[in-house]
Amino acid sequence: MKTPAPPAGRAALGAMLRAQTALELRLTLRRGESVLVTVLLPALLLLFFSTVPLIALAPADPGVPPAQAVYPAVLAVAVMSTGMVSLGIATAFERQYGVLKRLGGSPLPRPLLVWAKVLAVLAVEVVQVALLTALALALGWRPPAAAGGAPLALAGIALVLGTIAFAGIGLSMAGSWRAEATLAGANGLYLVLLLLGGIFVPPEALPAPLGAITAFLPSAALAGLLRAALGPPALAGGGAAPEVWPDLIVLAAWAAGAALLAAATFRWE
Amino acid sequence: MVTAGAGSGPASGPEVGPEVGPEVEPESAPSAPPAVVLEGVVKRYGGRTVLHNLSFSVRRGEVFAVLGPNGAGKTTAVELLEGYRVPDAGRLRVLGLDPIADGAALKPRIGLMLQGGGIYPQIRPLEALRLFAAFYARPEDPAALLRAAGLEDAAGTRYRQLSGGQKQRLSLALALVGRPELVFLDEPTAAMDPLARRATWDVIRGLRARGVTVLLTTHYLDEAERLADRIAVVDAGRLVALDSPAALMARAGGPALRFSAPPGLDTAALGAALAAGEAGAAAADVHEVEPGRYAVAVAGAPGPALVARLTAWLAEREALLTELSVGRRSLEDVYLELTGVPAELAAGDAPAGGR
Repeated sequence: MKTPAPPAGRAALGAMLRAQTALELRLTLRRGESVLVTVLLPALLLLFFSTVPLIALAPADPGVPPAQAVYPAVLAVAVMSTGMVSLGIATAFERQYGVLKRLGGSPLPRPLLVWAKVLAVLAVEVVQVALLTALALALGWRPPAAAGGAPLALAGIALVLGTIAFAGIGLSMAGSWRAEATLAGANGLYLVLLLLGGIFVPPEALPAPLGAITAFLPSAALAGLLRAALGPPALAGGGAAPEVWPDLIVLAAWAAGAALLAAATFRWE
Repeated sequence: MVTAGAGSGPASGPEVGPEVGPEVEPESAPSAPPAVVLEGVVKRYGGRTVLHNLSFSVRRGEVFAVLGPNGAGKTTAVELLEGYRVPDAGRLRVLGLDPIADGAALKPRIGLMLQGGGIYPQIRPLEALRLFAAFYARPEDPAALLRAAGLEDAAGTRYRQLSGGQKQRLSLALALVGRPELVFLDEPTAAMDPLARRATWDVIRGLRARGVTVLLTTHYLDEAERLADRIAVVDAGRLVALDSPAALMARAGGPALRFSAPPGLDTAALGAALAAGEAGAAAADVHEVEPGRYAVAVAGAPGPALVARLTAWLAEREALLTELSVGRRSLEDVYLELTGVPAELAAGDAPAGGR
C-alpha cells in the first residue's frame, strides 16, 4: 500500500483554503440580501439611533453624543448579522442544494470548508467595522482615550467570541433544519435579539424578570463588552471594570457551546 | 469497442477536452486492481432494503453503465462507491481503496457528477471551474474546459440562471477538472436536449479514448447501448444482467417485428391472429412498448405471411399502419423481459427516443 504521505493529486492545503475563502467571500458580497443585512442595516441603525435618540442608551450625559453608545451596540448587530443570519441562511441553502455534498466529493477536506467560511465571515466583519467606524466618527463617536490598547483588545476579543457564538448558532440551524426553517429561524431570532437581546437596551434597563434572562444572552454579553470597551466614558472609563467578567464568561460559554453543538449536529446532506 | 448505433454518427467523437498530457498512469501495471469492485453489497434505509447482495466489478478503462428504472438503487450504488454512504454488508473497492477509510487518498483520483448538480446558485461557470481546479495538483485549464463544455457564452452567467443542459455540462466539466482516473456520472444526460446529449456522449467517448474509466447510471436504454462497453441491468436493488450491449441483445435472441399504429390495440387478439397461421406456434407475443408503438416477438424469422396477417388484421379494424420494420430485437425488448418494467415507464421522458 501507499505510504501515509499527503494524498497524491491533491493541491496544497493553503492553496485550497485560499481559493475556497476567496469564493465564499465573493459569493457573500454577491448576495444582495446578504449585503443588505450585513452592511446596510447596521449602518442605518447607527445613523437612526444616533440622530433620533428614541431610547436612552446610556446614563444621561449631556457632553456625550448618542453615537458614543450606539456604535458599540451596532457592532454587536453587525456580528449577529454576519455570523448568524448571513452565514446560517447561506449555508442552509448550500446544504439543501447539495453544494456541501458535492464539495465533500472533492479533495477539499471538510474542516477546510468550515475554516473558509469562518475566514470569510471575519473578512466581512473587517469591512463592516471599517465602514461603521467611519460612520460613527462622522456622527461624533470618539475612541476611548485612556487605558492604551486595553479597550481595543477587549473589543477584539468580544468580536471574535461573538463571531464564534453566532456562527455556531447559525450553523447549528443550517446543519439540521430545512433551509426555509433556517431562513425563518435566523431572521426571527435576529429580530428578537435586536429588540430584547440587550443590545440597544442593556439588560439592567429592561424590566426585572426580562432583564435577568437577557443578561445571559450572547447578544447582551457581546454588546455589554463592546460598550465597556468602546462606549461612553461613564461606562467604559472605569478601567478594568468588574462588569466585564460576567459578560466575558457568558459569551465564552456561548461560543464554546454553540460551536460544539454545530459540530455535533451538523448534517452535510 | 462499442460501435455507434445507427444515426449517432461516427463513433470517434471529436477530441474532447483541452490538450491533455499522457493520461494513462505509468504506474498502472497489469496487476492494477479493477476500477470498481462491489461484493455482496447490501444497503437498507430504515427497514427497506434498497440493494440486495449486489456484486459486480468495473474494469480499468471501460465505460460501464448501470441501467435500471427509477428507484432501482442505481444512485445508492454510486453513492456508496463515492463514499457518501456506508454499506450495511458487503465489500466495496474503488481503485483498490476503501471509499470511506481511504477517502482522502481517493478523492483526488476520481471525478463525480451528482444528480441535481450541487453547485452554488450564485457561482459563475468559470469561477466554479477555477475553484475546483484549485483543489487538484495538476488540474485541467479551467478556460479550456469551459470551451470544451460549450459554456463560453455562459461564462459569466450565474449557475441558477443556466439552462438545464448547461447546468449538466458544467457539472460534467467539474467532474473532469482534476484529470480523474475514474469518473462516476449519475444520470449525466438527464434534462438535456438531443444535441447536448450527443455532445455529452462524445465527451464520454473521449474519456474512454484517454483511458479514463467511466461508471454511469442511466435509465435511457439508447444511452447505455451506444456508450457502454458493458451494462449492468439493476432492478429493485438486484443485478439482473451484466454483459456487453451486443451480448445482452443476443441473449434475448430472435428477430422482432415492430410497427406503429393507433394506440390501444388489443394486443392479445392480435397475438392470437398472428400465430394462427404459424405451424404449431403459440400466440405471438405483442407488446405496446409505448402508446402507438408495438413490438412483436416471434419464434422464427418474421416472414411475408406474418406481415400479411398483421396488415390484414389492422385493415379489418381500419387501423392505419404508419411504420413497419423487421429486424433484430432491441435492448428495449431485452430490458422489458429482464425488469418487467414497461419501457414507457423505464424510459421516462427519453428526449431522443423514437417518438
